[in-house]
Amino acid sequence: MAEAALRFRNDDPVEEPAVTLDAFLEQAGASAVRIEAGDDPRRLIPQLGRVKLVEVGFPRFRDGRGFSTARVLREAGYDGEIRAEGDILVDLIFFMRRCGFDSFAPQAPLNRADVDAALSRYEYVYQHAADGAVPIWKLRHG
Amino acid sequence: MRLLTGNDLKTGAVIWWTGRDWSLHVEDAADVGEAGEAILQAEEGTRRVNTPYIIDGSETPDGPRPAHIKDRIRALGPTVRPDLTLKPADPAAGDWVI
Amino acid sequence: MYQYDRYDQAMVDARVEDFRDQTRRRIAGELTEDQFKPLRLKNGLYLQLHAYMLRVAIPYGTFNSRQMRKLADIARKYDRGYGHFTTRQNIQYNWIKLEEAPDLLAELATVEMHAIQTSGESIRNISADQYAGAAADEICDPRPWAELLRQATTFHPEFSYLPRKFKIAVISSKEDRAALRWHDCALRIVRNEAGEEGFEVYAGGGMGRTPFIAYQIRDFLPSGQIFSYLQAILRVWNMHARRDNIHKQRMKILVHDLGEEEFRRQVEEQFAHFLTLGTDFPQAEYDRIAAYFAPPPFESGLSDDIDLSDPDFALWVDRQVIAHKTPGYAIANISLKPVGGIPGDISAEQMDLVADLAERYSFDEIRATHAQNLVLPHVRKADLYTVWQALDAAGLADANLDLVTDIIACPGLDYCSLANARSIPIAQKIAERFADATRQRDIGELKIKISGCINACGHHHAGQIGILGVDRKGTENYQLLLGGSGAEDTSQAKITGPGFDEEGIVDAVERTIERYRELRTDGERFLDTYRRVGMDPFKEAIYG
Repeated sequence: MAEAALRFRNDDPVEEPAVTLDAFLEQAGASAVRIEAGDDPRRLIPQLGRVKLVEVGFPRFRDGRGFSTARVLREAGYDGEIRAEGDILVDLIFFMRRCGFDSFAPQAPLNRADVDAALSRYEYVYQHAADGAVPIWKLRHG
Repeated sequence: MRLLTGNDLKTGAVIWWTGRDWSLHVEDAADVGEAGEAILQAEEGTRRVNTPYIIDGSETPDGPRPAHIKDRIRALGPTVRPDLTLKPADPAAGDWVI
Repeated sequence: MYQYDRYDQAMVDARVEDFRDQTRRRIAGELTEDQFKPLRLKNGLYLQLHAYMLRVAIPYGTFNSRQMRKLADIARKYDRGYGHFTTRQNIQYNWIKLEEAPDLLAELATVEMHAIQTSGESIRNISADQYAGAAADEICDPRPWAELLRQATTFHPEFSYLPRKFKIAVISSKEDRAALRWHDCALRIVRNEAGEEGFEVYAGGGMGRTPFIAYQIRDFLPSGQIFSYLQAILRVWNMHARRDNIHKQRMKILVHDLGEEEFRRQVEEQFAHFLTLGTDFPQAEYDRIAAYFAPPPFESGLSDDIDLSDPDFALWVDRQVIAHKTPGYAIANISLKPVGGIPGDISAEQMDLVADLAERYSFDEIRATHAQNLVLPHVRKADLYTVWQALDAAGLADANLDLVTDIIACPGLDYCSLANARSIPIAQKIAERFADATRQRDIGELKIKISGCINACGHHHAGQIGILGVDRKGTENYQLLLGGSGAEDTSQAKITGPGFDEEGIVDAVERTIERYRELRTDGERFLDTYRRVGMDPFKEAIYG
């Protein structure tokens, strides 16, 4: 399990190691699960009640499956921690936050100033996502 | 002979390793021989060249001639716009490419 | 046409600063090329043979004189005096410097233009019918939907790091002028029996290495639900596409692997889910956008007569001018295919001229077509002669629309680092061989498309005659294909046999055309004759 380098939650981090999806579904007592890029996050939905941490792997930053994974879980009502782990560039952080990620464990450390700049660069968004940001069309029409 | 080439990081222009520096002109290209890979590694770090690679070429009276037509087009410019090439006044330049 | 409000402007301005910072980090060595490449591609910036190449978006092919003048300025200031219109209605510049690209994008932003998502594994420019808003056969203008979807797919957080590129087209006529079924997703606006507006939805088309024609996965989708449906398609693909082999990651591969039924089932399953989120754009937003596409203030009571006493003008009208839905007006096609010229290329001076003509004679509107030509969509018939004279003086008045010299060609090995062979010289040689205007008109409609490599940017799979350049043991070689179509009768061209060298391919094309002329019956286009008689008679003529 990777140490979370960046976290946007107020609650205490989950100490338990994240087990594989297959293992999690077998272990009724587990509360931290790791979803690889190729896993289908919908397998987790029936068990979401006991999940406190989902760690989503990004093997290469260009592999965008994790964005769908996070959003699927948020749409299913999950409000625990979703952590992005792996090859994470600061340029992805904004989209990741919008998809519901609230912590980050990048392989290469991120510069905090760059992260802040990335998160504040775009004041508006065109579409709904998992972050509750109001899309431009709603600002236009109220 | 083996030639080291790439694009200038900032401008995108095609450049050739001369043995000491980078040149826009393939005539200045040096044979990097066995040392090619090491030079390539070192030069990538200087951030002057983008995506360098090593190609085969032959020595000719006109200077080094890249083995593949793609690199000859890189060396000169688009065959369909002689005015935009490195040798706009040379009517034979296109033949050198082909 | 659409005009930015402060939100749209803020988006492109923020994007410029974003890219400026990324470029700074690249030049300072904080980003490797491997890291920077996907980021610069999301801003349309390639590294090509001779320099960086920038692809500027022209959303659904519509732009105005102010924008065209800026494109001309950019050609002069940042490039070498010209630009190239592409097979997806965009424009490309071939000689861009990375260190100047942020300033270039900043200048584009001042005229509501950008290069967002024109490359990379993104949702690309949404193409539309180049005659939208002017053609007599459309149900309604498709461009408000194209604009709405442009916004909905810009910086979409879930779908910005896709398996591959994703191309969308929207039309609203039976005649398909946008090659719908060669797109990843395409929409045709229709009305159902109740008179409600909706979309026919097509999915899974694409060219490249393994061409596929899209399936129709929905007969009727209520138009207000399109964002939910599109996200459903994208999510199915984003989650399930292969990520291990770049040649197998386009959605057409997944659709083909799953099969039409299973793909449709998965999309419908996701669609039902997305509907529950209630995140579709409301009618009010569509109406707001559609208001920008209201018809211009056409005059009434204009004459429909055109004085055709000038024979050259008459030929141009016959070929280039298309019926407009409003009496007294016409659609004027501008050829960027002068015989011997470079298909789709246009000089800064020509750009300025087209801008002037659009402003004075076409309600300030210009269109780019996927055949690499331009259109003035709303010209009074009374002004056509003046327009033609100006175009003629500027070398833009070839009367060759859809004829043998109206060739689509990718930049090929003269410019492109992906190419295996040069395509432009082949286009030039073919055009020169068939330059005679009478001969061209006798041959009739003949759409030749040339690609310099199997990535098929020249759309050779959809060519009635297609040519594919390959590398054969270090030499350029050209394969000949016949029978493709990008119209509503979509079909994939078939290879004739062994390839040819640079001279041989031109001769082979000529033999093909001569055989067509021998075999054709009255009124048959080349494509019709080919479909009637098949490949064999042509093979005999080509290979003897």
